Amino acid sequence: MERTSANSPEIEFRDVAYVLPNGQPLLSGLNLEVQRGETLVLLGRSGSGKTTTLKLVNRLLTPTGGEVWVNGTPTAATDVIGLRRSIGYVIQDAGLFPHYTVERNIGLVPRIEGWTTERIHLRVAELMQLVGLEANLAKRYPHQLSGGQRQRVGVARALAADPAILLMDEPFGALDALTRDQLQREFLSLQQRLGKTVVFVTHDLREALRLGSRIALMESGKLVTILSPQEFLRSTEPLAAAYVQAFGDGLDSAANRGMS
Amino acid sequence: MNFFHFMLQNHEQVLELTLEHLWLVGVSTLLAVVVGIPLGIMSAHWPVWNKPVLGTANIIQTIPSLALFGFLLPVPWLGDRADRLAILALTLYALLPVIRNTYTGIRGVDRAVVEAGRGMGLTPGQLLFQVELPLALSVILSGVRVAVVVSVGLATIAAAIGAGGLGEFIFRGLAMVNNQLILAGAIPAAILALSADFSLGWLEKRLRPR
Repeated sequence: MERTSANSPEIEFRDVAYVLPNGQPLLSGLNLEVQRGETLVLLGRSGSGKTTTLKLVNRLLTPTGGEVWVNGTPTAATDVIGLRRSIGYVIQDAGLFPHYTVERNIGLVPRIEGWTTERIHLRVAELMQLVGLEANLAKRYPHQLSGGQRQRVGVARALAADPAILLMDEPFGALDALTRDQLQREFLSLQQRLGKTVVFVTHDLREALRLGSRIALMESGKLVTILSPQEFLRSTEPLAAAYVQAFGDGLDSAANRGMS
Repeated sequence: MNFFHFMLQNHEQVLELTLEHLWLVGVSTLLAVVVGIPLGIMSAHWPVWNKPVLGTANIIQTIPSLALFGFLLPVPWLGDRADRLAILALTLYALLPVIRNTYTGIRGVDRAVVEAGRGMGLTPGQLLFQVELPLALSVILSGVRVAVVVSVGLATIAAAIGAGGLGEFIFRGLAMVNNQLILAGAIPAAILALSADFSLGWLEKRLRPR
C-alpha cells in the first residue's frame, strides 16, 4: 500500500459531524489528527461521543458532515470492507465469536483474506505468543477462557492481518483491577515493539494517562481539548481539572507509566 | 380382532399411508424452511418487513385447516392433485414458526459479536453465514421442530380432500364407527410426531451455542 509522507497524519477528522437519523446530534465540528505510531486516547463520559468517533474511523458509522481521512484517503471514497480489514478493532468483552475456537477467532481476518492454512497457522501461533496466550489454549472456545484471556484473544485477532491502525473501545473496561493493570502494562510494551497507530477509548483517566501519548477530552459530542498526559495533569481547563480532581492522588505516577 | 392383529394384517397399507404422510410433512416442511428462513432473515435485518411478514403468517395461522383446504380446491393446477394442495396448505401453516424463530434467533445474536464482525471487515454475506445463522441455528431448529409436530397432526386432515396419509384410516374409521381403524391412523401419527419432536429436540440441544 502506498504511504504518504511520514509526517502526515494517519487519521484525520475534518470538521466531522454525526447526526442520528432521528435528528439527534452525537458529534459536531470535530477536527482531530492522529499521528502515525501514537496512541491517542479519547477520554470522556458515556454519551460524550468517543465511541462514535472511533466508529467513524472504520466506517461502522458514516459521517453526516465533514470527512474522515485514513492514510491519505477520505474513508467515503474507500472500499469499506477493505478499509475495515486494514484496521484492527478491539471492543469491550472482546466480541469473540462464541462458536469459534481461539485459533479460528484469531485467524478470522487472514482466513477471509484468503491466506493459506499453513500461513494462518503460523501467524496464529506467533500472535498467541505475542499477547501471552499459552499454545494449548488454541483449541478452546471463548467461554472456556478467563476475561483477561478473552481480551488477549481479542487483541491478537485485531493484530492478525498486521494492520497499521488499531481501534480499541474500552478494551480493558470489563476486567478486574489486577488483570487490567497487567494488560495495560503489556499493551505498553507491545506498543513499543509494534508502533501501531492506536485510537483508544476509555472513561478512566488513570488508563488514559498511562497509555496515551495524547489525550483527547470529549464532552457532549465535542472535542474539548487535546493534551499530553503531563499537560493534562496541570491543565486549568475546567473539565480536565474536574477529571483530575475526581480521580485524586497518584495520577502523577500513572502519567509516568508507573515508573516514578 | 384386536388392534395389533389389525395392524399386522394390514401392515402394507399402514406402511404405505405412513410413507404418504411422511411425504406430505417432509415436502411441506422443506418448502416452509426454504421460504421461511429467508423471510425471517429479511424481517430481522430490515424492520420494515417485520410487521407485514409476521402479520401475514399470523393471519394464515388463524384460518381453520379444513377451510383452507376448501379454499384452495378451485385453484387451477393446485386443485388438480390433492397432494399438491395439501402440501401448499401445510407449508403455509409451517411458515409462522419458522419465520418467527428465524427472526428471534437472528435478533438474539449478541450485538457485540455482530459489531465486532462488521468492524473486522466481514461482508454482509459472511456475517450472515458465518456468524448470525450458526448462532441462531438452535432457535431456528426449534421453530422447525414445532412446524413438523404441528404438520404431522394437520396432515391427517388432508385425507379429507383425498391427499392420502394416515388420516385415511381415521376418516374411514369415523365413517364406519370403527375404533380400530381410527387408532390405526392415530397411533402411527402420534409416534411420528413424538419421534420427530425427540430427534429434532436432540439436534437442537447439540447445536445450541455455549
